[in-house]
Order: sequence, then C-alpha cells, then structure tokens
Amino acid sequence: MSGPAGTLQVRELAFAYPDGRQALFGVNLDVAAGERVAILGPNGAGKTTLVLHLNGTLTAGAGSVTVDGLTVGKPTLREIRRRVGIVFQDPDDQLFMPTVRDDVAFGPINLGYRDAELAARVDRALALTGMSGAADRAPHHLSFGQRRRVAASTVLSMDPSILVLDEPSSNLDPVARREFADIVLSLGLTTLIVTHDLLYALQLCPRSVIMDGGRIVADGPTEQILGDAELLAAHRLELPYGYVLP
Amino acid sequence: MGGGHGHTHVLFVHHDSGVHRLAPQCKVVATVLFVFAVVATPREAFWAFAVDAVILLIVALAARVSLRRWARRCLVEVPFLLFAVFLPFVGTAPYVQVGPLLLSEPGLWGAWNIAVKGTLGVAASALLTATTTVPDLLRALERLRVPAALVAIATFMIRYGEVLAADLARMRIARVSRGDDPRWLWQVRGLAQTAGALFVRSYERGERVYVAMLARGYGFGPVARAGQQAPRRSWARALSVPAAAAVVCAAALTVG
Repeated sequence: MSGPAGTLQVRELAFAYPDGRQALFGVNLDVAAGERVAILGPNGAGKTTLVLHLNGTLTAGAGSVTVDGLTVGKPTLREIRRRVGIVFQDPDDQLFMPTVRDDVAFGPINLGYRDAELAARVDRALALTGMSGAADRAPHHLSFGQRRRVAASTVLSMDPSILVLDEPSSNLDPVARREFADIVLSLGLTTLIVTHDLLYALQLCPRSVIMDGGRIVADGPTEQILGDAELLAAHRLELPYGYVLP
Repeated sequence: MGGGHGHTHVLFVHHDSGVHRLAPQCKVVATVLFVFAVVATPREAFWAFAVDAVILLIVALAARVSLRRWARRCLVEVPFLLFAVFLPFVGTAPYVQVGPLLLSEPGLWGAWNIAVKGTLGVAASALLTATTTVPDLLRALERLRVPAALVAIATFMIRYGEVLAADLARMRIARVSRGDDPRWLWQVRGLAQTAGALFVRSYERGERVYVAMLARGYGFGPVARAGQQAPRRSWARALSVPAAAAVVCAAALTVG
C-alpha cells in the first residue's frame, strides 16, 4: 500500500482548534516526489496548522493527509513520523539533549536503531549538513546558523522522504542563509518550505502555494506567483523594497 | 541569539587523566560510597577524617585538578556551614568556657560533625564534576538504572537552564534600556513581571519542545538507551577510593 517515496496528498483537510477557532477550511495539495514547494502566506493563515497535520501531531477534523500512499492516522503514526521530517523554526525547541550527537540520535533511537547502525545514521546526518565537527558539543554553544543545521540533521538521521522546513531563513545572517539553502538543494528530497521570505522561496522552490484564511488560494510556478503584485498584495505579501524579479 | 561563548564547561576541568577516563557510572557510585563511608565514621576519630582528606588529595593530584580551583568549588558549602556555626550557641549542657563565650559541648561536636563530613562530601563531588562532563554524568545515571523520567528532567533542566538564563538576561537588558533601575522593594514591579513573562514563555516553550519530540517519533520506541558496560578495571580502580575510606571507617569504629 505504499506509493513512491516522497509524495504527499492533502485532501479537503479541515481543522478547528479545541477553542472553536477554525484554522483550515478544506485544504487540497499534491506534491510529487522530489518536488520543492514553498508555502507562503501571512501570519495566521494556517501554515503551521497544516504542517502539524503532515506528521499527525494534529488530527484532521475532516479530510485526509497521505504520505507515500500511507494515510496519516493512529496505526500509521510511527511510520509517518519517520517519513515526514519537520525542522521547527526555533532550533532551541528542537535541540534539547546535552550534546549534538545525542540530539541527532534521538529520532533513530525512537525508531529502534542501536549501536553501529545508530552511529552510522548520526554520522551521515551530520555530514549532510556539514556539522560533523560539532558532534560532541552542546547545542547552546553553537551559533544560530549552526543550530539550525543541527536541527535539520536531527530529522535527516531518521531518513525522511519529505522534509518540512518552518521559516528556515529566520534569524540567519546572509552567509548562513545561503549555506542552509545549499544544503537543502543538495539533499534532493521532497521539501516543503513554510516562509514569509519570498526571495528564499524563489531561490529554493520552483513551485509555490499561497495560503490565506485556512485555504490554498494560489498554486503555481514561484516566478509567476511572485510576479503577480496584486495577488501578493491581496494576501499581505510583498517583495523586499527595490527588488525586481529577474 | 548569541551562542554564548567562553562558558563551555562551568565545572569540568579539561585534562586527560586516568581519573577522567574512568567510566562515569563507576565514578558516580564511588563518590556516593565514599560519602557513605565518611558519614559512617565516628566524629571523635579526628585522624580518620585526615586520612579521608589525604585520599581525596591523592585522587585530585592523579586527576591533575588544580588545588586552588578545587578549593574554590568547595566554597558552595559555605552557606550550609553557617547553620553549623549556630549549634554551639543553642546546644544543651554540658557547657565549656571558650574565651568569653560559654559554648555547648554537644553543640560543638554537632558543628564539627557537620563541618568535616560536609566538607569531605562536597570535596568529593567537586572532584567528580571536575573530571566528568555533564552529558557523561547524565549517561551514568541512565546506566545506573535511575528512572528515565528523572534523567529526562535533569537533562531538560541543564539544557534549558542556559536558554532561560539567556532569555532572562535579554529581558533585563531590554528593561534596563527603558530606564528601569530597581533598587528598592517598591520598584520590583518590572522584575516581577519579567518573572511572570518568563514563566509563561517557558511553559509555551515546553509545549513546543514536546511537539518537536513527538515529530521525531517520541513515545513509539523504547526510551532507554542500550547501556554500555563499564570494564571491570574501571570499577576496580574507582571503587578503590571508597574501599580505602571504608577501611578507615572500620578502623575508627574498632580503635575508636
């Protein structure tokens, strides 16, 4: 029952928080294997709520989420969390172990890996983000950019088929920002990037969707979406001052 | 932001020595047993405590821990010693005249007992923390089968203690930048609100950390890590220290 690795289907997904506030009103989204898609939208559009459905942290009120042909639900939760790696916005929320190595090992240990196999996964995940040299350091002694790279390693060690990055460029200086983009591009994974940073979306994602008011209101090539000034303005998005699309 | 530089390890002393290389769980057990042996030693046996101190000194020299740094670490004990200072004044009869003061003899013995055993205990733990990193200490607890929840709480406390301290420092700077300069009790409003805001922030962070843990499969696998056995030699060498203290204690109990 599993489909090709790295595919995602979201069908008519709706969700209301326990306090009654409805955050998603029937979201539909298809992502093909290897695709990189930016999810753009103003604050409160429902982007984070959507992300938390992708690995079953929140349970759909209606509709469904399917990853690699597996529908997200109680029986598939363990496998879904292996397949969908979420890198949260604040690395301090994600990195909680005393050393980088322990943190990168946390996910694989939950999946049952031990000893040599565990060590191999940790080493590989750290190598992918260029953080091998920091394995025995404490996360709070690293720079913000390094912590974000380690946070990415903590999900890469689980060998996900879909990578979800929540505001990956926030708080990064220009060099760290480019370094992180290079890492994302080098991985070649199906990647969803939630961001306000339209130029980062342009750099990393051939395709973008705009979310607003709990719905997907636009879906197309990133250049085309960013070229539509009216569409952007209608959803509280805009390019940085003085920027003209290439 | 600010990864925080220059405070890499507060307690740990970077060196490589036989003591540093011992398996951490052996050192934790050895320290606890040493403290037990010291506590069991009768307080009248002055010579026994001197021998115990020499044992620690030998370990410190073997570990190449600077004696001055070690002594400074032991200062954390001072507030607790203040309590012991009161005992001779509030103790019961018989009393002894010491200069102008009339002191209680059981009180003096009590103060001596607390001071000497407390100091030896603090000195032993200071040696443990100087030769063992915090992650190793946590791993040692895990391998000694301390309940996983307790180890997790200690881990979180250490990891987020620094994050909280950094949060607090930033909030203080932001407050002071806006002219807050609390010196008197009636000016603590800003400080109290900082504490409140910090509490709420930490609570929310706790929830975000938990969500991030769930996202990595927490709750599905066994939490405990496969324990790594310490070599026999490591145990033998570490336990030689409390064994020596136990011999001293036994001798003190028989000889008096």
